[in-house]
Amino acid sequence: MLSDAEDEEKWLAEGIAGLQHNAFYMHRALDSNNIRDALKYSAQMLSELRTSKLSPHKYYELYMRSFDELRKLEMFFKEETKRGCSVIDLYELVQHAGNILPRLYLLCTVGSVYIKSKEAPAKDVLKDLVEMCRGIQHPVRGLFLRSYLAQISRDKLPDIGSEYEGDADSVVDAVEFVLQNFTEMNKLWVRMQHQGPVREKEKREKERSELRDLVGKNLHVLSQIEGVDLEMYKETVLPRVLEQVVNCKDELAQYYLMDCIIQVFPDEYHLQTLETLLGACPQLQPTVDIKTVLSRLMERLSNYAASSTEVLPEFLQVEAFAKLSNAIGKVIEAQVDMPIVGAISLYVSLLTFTLRVHSDRLDYVDQVLGACIKKLSGKAKLEDNKATKQIVALLSAPLEKYNDIVTALKLSNYPRVMDHLDTGTNKVMAVVIIQSIMKNTTAISTSDKVEALFELIKGLIKDMDGTPADELDDEDFKEEQNSVARLIHMLFNEDPEEMFKIICTVRRHILQGGPTRLPFTVPPLVFTTLKLVRRLQGQDGDVAGEEVPVTPKKIFQLLHQTIEALSSVPSPELALRLYLQCAEAANDCDLEPVAYEFFTQAFILYEEEIADSKAQVTAIHLIIGTLQRMNAFGVENRDTLTHKATGYSAKLLKKPDQCRAVYACSHLFWVDDQDGIKDGERVLLCLKRALRIANAAQQMANVTRGSSGPVTLFVEILNKYLYFFEKGNPQITSKAIKDLVELIMTEMQSDNTTSDPSADAFFASTLRYIQFQKQKGGAMGEKYEPINV
Amino acid sequence: MNYLIGAFKPPCNISITFADGRTRKQASIKKENGKTAMVPLFQSHENIVGEVSIEPTQGKKVEHNGVKIELLGQIELYFDRGNFYDFTSLVRELDVPGDIYETKRYPFEFSSVEMPYESYNGVNVRLRYILKVTISRNYVSNIVEYQDFWVRNYTPLPSINNSIKMEVGIEDCLHIEFEYNKSKYHLKDVIVGKIYFLLVRIKIKNMELEIRRRESTGSGPNTYVETETLAKFELMDGAPVRGESIPIRLFLSPYELTPTYRNINNKFSVKYYLNLVLVDEEDRRYFKQQEITMYRLLETS
Repeated sequence: MLSDAEDEEKWLAEGIAGLQHNAFYMHRALDSNNIRDALKYSAQMLSELRTSKLSPHKYYELYMRSFDELRKLEMFFKEETKRGCSVIDLYELVQHAGNILPRLYLLCTVGSVYIKSKEAPAKDVLKDLVEMCRGIQHPVRGLFLRSYLAQISRDKLPDIGSEYEGDADSVVDAVEFVLQNFTEMNKLWVRMQHQGPVREKEKREKERSELRDLVGKNLHVLSQIEGVDLEMYKETVLPRVLEQVVNCKDELAQYYLMDCIIQVFPDEYHLQTLETLLGACPQLQPTVDIKTVLSRLMERLSNYAASSTEVLPEFLQVEAFAKLSNAIGKVIEAQVDMPIVGAISLYVSLLTFTLRVHSDRLDYVDQVLGACIKKLSGKAKLEDNKATKQIVALLSAPLEKYNDIVTALKLSNYPRVMDHLDTGTNKVMAVVIIQSIMKNTTAISTSDKVEALFELIKGLIKDMDGTPADELDDEDFKEEQNSVARLIHMLFNEDPEEMFKIICTVRRHILQGGPTRLPFTVPPLVFTTLKLVRRLQGQDGDVAGEEVPVTPKKIFQLLHQTIEALSSVPSPELALRLYLQCAEAANDCDLEPVAYEFFTQAFILYEEEIADSKAQVTAIHLIIGTLQRMNAFGVENRDTLTHKATGYSAKLLKKPDQCRAVYACSHLFWVDDQDGIKDGERVLLCLKRALRIANAAQQMANVTRGSSGPVTLFVEILNKYLYFFEKGNPQITSKAIKDLVELIMTEMQSDNTTSDPSADAFFASTLRYIQFQKQKGGAMGEKYEPINV
Repeated sequence: MNYLIGAFKPPCNISITFADGRTRKQASIKKENGKTAMVPLFQSHENIVGEVSIEPTQGKKVEHNGVKIELLGQIELYFDRGNFYDFTSLVRELDVPGDIYETKRYPFEFSSVEMPYESYNGVNVRLRYILKVTISRNYVSNIVEYQDFWVRNYTPLPSINNSIKMEVGIEDCLHIEFEYNKSKYHLKDVIVGKIYFLLVRIKIKNMELEIRRRESTGSGPNTYVETETLAKFELMDGAPVRGESIPIRLFLSPYELTPTYRNINNKFSVKYYLNLVLVDEEDRRYFKQQEITMYRLLETS
């Protein structure tokens, strides 16, 4: 038993052998000008094409060989007519063949010569040929025969400007001819699926698919006819082609041909006949992949629009958008089984089209989104991966086009579409939006826009319903929240009042974020707000208080509340830093009570929330640093605060930390500017206290380890001494410095002190500094003179 | 052998020539042995003019009781071979009894001869026209010579020539409508028509048009009917669907047809039929036969 394929090979080989055999005799007849034999053998040769055993693929091979032979025959016929043989007689003679297929191939071949001879109008010959070809009802054989007809007639159509152009309107005949051939070919092609057993249907469909270009070629020919102007296309060509497409009721054909129409005819024709073309879409079979067809159409039109701005008015004139939009609606309605992804991708195409063609018509864009929502409504969140992707594409398109989120924010349907995304994708989309803003450094300048924007990205701002908490990757989460933080910095409006509104809006949104998000979102908000405060601070004074609804005071109040929210996290260190920042800002605004309040809050946090000793150290230094710079406080407030600060400093857990905090506190009493407080006595007190603590630390070290620690602390204190000495604090005397130096030296020489190279170096360089200052001379030199080391 | 035959050779050579032999048209006739021969062609009411020449064999004289020439129209039925039925018989006496010593020529003329039937070589019947020269002799057999000639009669264009249009079918199976543009065709005519498929429930493989000739001879119980298919012309390849219309264009010139002969002298008839045959995939044949009338149209060229 031979397999099918082997059988086929065998049959093909037989066919080729038969063909070559007869072709040989045909050539001999041609060489001896024996027309009768030539016809006889050519008919026999063509009889090989009568086979039903070959698949289209193999049949094509046979056909091509016959085609080559027929070219020779055609040359011969041409020679014959030159020798005086009447082409009309020839035309009759070939019709004597008893078998129809060879007869028609020969007829077409002579027909070609007939037209060239111009003894009869081309249109008449063509009409006769296309009519006679009806005799072949076998799909494959018919298709190939008609494709032969199309091939030989291509250059002989009575087109405008062609040498075969006849009387007026002969182009109509050309069109009619091609249309008819097309119609018949399509019928045959469609019918092919019903040939043979049902079980081979799949194979047949594949074979059909291979033959589609034979049919499509006709449309290509139509598009090449010069005489087919818009008018004719509109009135004749398109309606006729569509009629055939719709009526054939075949999925494969409908899809292919619609695509063909779109690809072969010029864009402006499509534009002017949109209604007709689109009107056919809902009439197609429900299984036709119409979305791809429409997408391609819109893509073409978009490209056309992009090609030149001059064509844009045409789009408006024909109301391209309305028609497309309408058609899509109808198609979706008609194709009930279309998966949701199909519908959405249709909208994506429409949107792309709209953006390219009507970039100024935001309402159109919104309309598209609206239509999409309508389709999605009533459905739960999308589970379908592909559909989700399409929605992301849908939402990304306007962003890419306008490069400006502000535009997208005007689209009322935009967030509603986003609602249909699953939480994960929703977030991805939100990130995309933020990235778009970042890339284009778009300023979001009104609270309304901010409101809309945050509505859009709410997937990032707060927990959505039903999100499993553990689903989040920590890194991703950070990434997301960081982008939100960056976004907050992008919000800006010149007008403080509006800016304040923006801030309120943002605040409202981010406060819903929950403990995990707040640490990321509160700081940027606080700093943005502080920026506003600084701006106000710059211009205050002149503006009458009552007319300005936004006062720093009010803002600070808001800030206070905002930072408070962090307590729920809890994130006391962060809150503390923010309070201090605020306090500093308030100080700059000369709002003593406010600043005081912030400090109070900071202290409360310090007392109640910050338990870790290391954190405490950091916090106290921050407090001291901030407090040092405050100048708005009255004596009493300042005293209270400095007192507290020094108090806490001394209460730190480790001695060295205590020591360092305490000597830092010394700065609180000596602010080195004009009106700064200069309380030398208390400075000295602090330093002495620091020394005592250092001593204690040394002793403690002795007790616990048997050797005292390094002298680092002493050297540090010495440096403080030197600082205040230079600043002219009368309490710091050269003697005191001298004593301290000696103390350090003694400590260093003591046996049970572990030497530490870095401490030694530190000390040595401090001494070198003293020497240096001495040698420098001048006032400073004199001052240093008494210090002998 | 030649020598022997020579001994019984007739004492003279008779040849019959036509006055316009050189210019007259000739018909090519397929003879019984299969070879084709050219014979002079006449039609009814023509004058048949010529000359009979009798040439005695060297050194012999021909004694005779008279010389005559006959023009005979004969029908020969093959089942009754050897029996000729003469439907036309004309005689011209050429010579009174006497002797012929040297070549003698006799002109003859049959004017405006009625030859109502055409020459025909059929399967079971032959209709022929001959010129027969007889030299009557006493005691010995007469000397006879024949000359065949062919007769074709032309008919004018029929004044009425309706198309043949018919709807036929098998219930719920196949329903077609066919149309031939005429019912009467001349021999070089073209049959143009179409077949329209109204209903197709069978898987048709192809369709062809046959030209059939029905020759019936004899009469009553002795009627012999012979049908030949002269042409098989494929009209369609593959299976059509409902609504399909298939064109017909069949040139008759390549086929050897004769006009339709109806009841020729009560001896025979020749009729022509178009037989439309549809073949399905199981090689079953569905057909419909229609008579057409053939006639001979005078070629104007």
